[in-house]
Amino acid sequence: MSEQTPLLRLENLCKDYGQGMILHHLNLDIYPGEFLTLLGPSGCGKTTTLRMIAGLESVTEGRVWLEGRDITGLPPEKRPLNTVFQSYALFPHMNVFQNIAYGLKVRGIKKPEQKQRVEEALRLVRLSGYEKRMPAQLSGGQRQRVAIARAAVLRPKVLLLDEPLGALDLKLRQQMQTELKRMQQEMGITFLYITHDQEEALNMSTRIVILREGRVEQIGTPEEVYEHPQTLFAAGFIGQSNLLRGEVTAVHPENRFTLRVEDVELPVLSDRPFAVDDRAVLCLRPQRVRYGFQPQHQMELQGVIRQKYYSGGMQHTLIALSDRVTVKAVTQASEMDQFQIGDRVYVGWNQTHAPMVPDEKLDEKLDSEAAGEGQG
Amino acid sequence: MKKHSFGSKLFLGLVLLVLYLPIVVVVVYSFNDNSTRIPLAFTGWTTRWYGELLDGKGGYGPALLLSLRVALWSVLLSVIVGSLGAVGMTRSALGFRGKPGRFERFMEAFSILPIMIPEIVLGLAFMVIFNALGVRDNVARLVLAHTTFCIPYVFLSVKSRLVGMDQSLFDAARDLGAAPPRVLWDITLPLCRPAIVSGAFLALAMSMDDFVISFFVYGAGEGTLPLKIYSSVKVGVSPRVNALCSLMIAAVFLAVAVQRYGQAVRKAREKKAAAN
Repeated sequence: MSEQTPLLRLENLCKDYGQGMILHHLNLDIYPGEFLTLLGPSGCGKTTTLRMIAGLESVTEGRVWLEGRDITGLPPEKRPLNTVFQSYALFPHMNVFQNIAYGLKVRGIKKPEQKQRVEEALRLVRLSGYEKRMPAQLSGGQRQRVAIARAAVLRPKVLLLDEPLGALDLKLRQQMQTELKRMQQEMGITFLYITHDQEEALNMSTRIVILREGRVEQIGTPEEVYEHPQTLFAAGFIGQSNLLRGEVTAVHPENRFTLRVEDVELPVLSDRPFAVDDRAVLCLRPQRVRYGFQPQHQMELQGVIRQKYYSGGMQHTLIALSDRVTVKAVTQASEMDQFQIGDRVYVGWNQTHAPMVPDEKLDEKLDSEAAGEGQG
Repeated sequence: MKKHSFGSKLFLGLVLLVLYLPIVVVVVYSFNDNSTRIPLAFTGWTTRWYGELLDGKGGYGPALLLSLRVALWSVLLSVIVGSLGAVGMTRSALGFRGKPGRFERFMEAFSILPIMIPEIVLGLAFMVIFNALGVRDNVARLVLAHTTFCIPYVFLSVKSRLVGMDQSLFDAARDLGAAPPRVLWDITLPLCRPAIVSGAFLALAMSMDDFVISFFVYGAGEGTLPLKIYSSVKVGVSPRVNALCSLMIAAVFLAVAVQRYGQAVRKAREKKAAAN
């Protein structure tokens, strides 16, 4: 990817509202055709970043490059980028047609072409025939589609989407995720997407940027950030994890380590340079935990089943490795009916799928968020 | 619906009576046939005072025309200044960012001051300044003074509308390619139209009705309608004044009725459109 020229380049981007930096030296390259997501909890600086790219917010320090051109000082109306706002921001005094045609009209595009392009955009968002409706007469999902059509009709170099699904209910949100992917493929436009919903990010993105307090925690494909979180925050924020805190007690050849968590010693495989006595956290996805009555490959530990519950076709099982260390396992429900609470089992996991990250102090709110994801 | 007790109904009746009895008296007396200087006794029904008014007796015609002329100019000027002021002070309405600073807040308080200052003080102040500056023309004096006290009504009306609007509408317009003047013309002003209209009607009412300030700034002559009415009752209440006031009441009732009807029609149309 790095051989391609980036479509949009954020260089050392900083934002300070006068009460301290809220975005710290963000460097990011966005390539043509990407569906890039800025993911992070509220207040992490993602919306500010988007607004700086759109030109709606001034840049404190750093540059924004579009196709090799510095657009940092350009007003929003001169940037070939368009935004889908969280509140949709449809003009209430214009009907659907007028809303979508507004950008074309401002650009002085002739009526017949306006009509044709609006029709095309409405087809894309599957709202043909709604031209005459006023925004107040549309449902939330329909408004959202109009907002997308209005921005997409101008064929922006990058379409900026600011939590566009945030106001929709869960069902509609899931449906719109698929729709958005389809629209992106049909339009062939690069999407820069903002969300605090990690599931949304994992489902749609080609790459995810995890932001925390104005700093990048990790950049990678959904698979990379899910399977190989680089930081404790990334591990806690994305998906569910058993976060096993402890310290490294031994360093073995071939990137092997021993991590002591409370009174349990766990074998760890990591390509990061840990040393003895380092505080570290093992991030173990519940789906990766294997257990059974017979010791199979990679099942080197022993435990006792403490709790079982069923949820949405999946069997959730809490297995105590000792009195103080418990891991959660999630399996397909039907397979594991044979186990009872109190059963002794062999436990293990493929170590390449259980990354270890340095321990760090997350602030209380983020910590509980991370912990909540881990336990819940 | 809650049932009202007899006591509360009685109270309501009394309040309405106190409010409307004087108006009813004016209307009834406008049909009084008694033409003595101070016509207290009701001596019979007639419509001749209305006839006389229409024939131009009493000289109210020119006063009404002057009042209308002054009101229209002051409304026009105060709508322009008041709306643009409100828009300018809500920077985001032009697609600019940032919270209102100290200057904006100061200007806002400053610009609605004319409502608070006693009219008598304003009237005197206008008289002094116009004389000092040598503004002789009566219409110009009235228009300038009326515009000043009309601006806050428009300003406040538009400002409160702007503050209640989704600020990302203006962001969206700029994002779609509109420069700030275009945002103003295409988005801000159309969305403020109801507020501008209601501010303008308030201003119109204030201007038509003004007595104190007009009294101070108006030089020689008969003056606006309120001035003319005042000067004519000084020499006794002519039944023609009653007739004139009755016509003004009728005009107000008619205006309210038309506005109500328009609202109902618009609501019905919206409902119908929403149902489709």
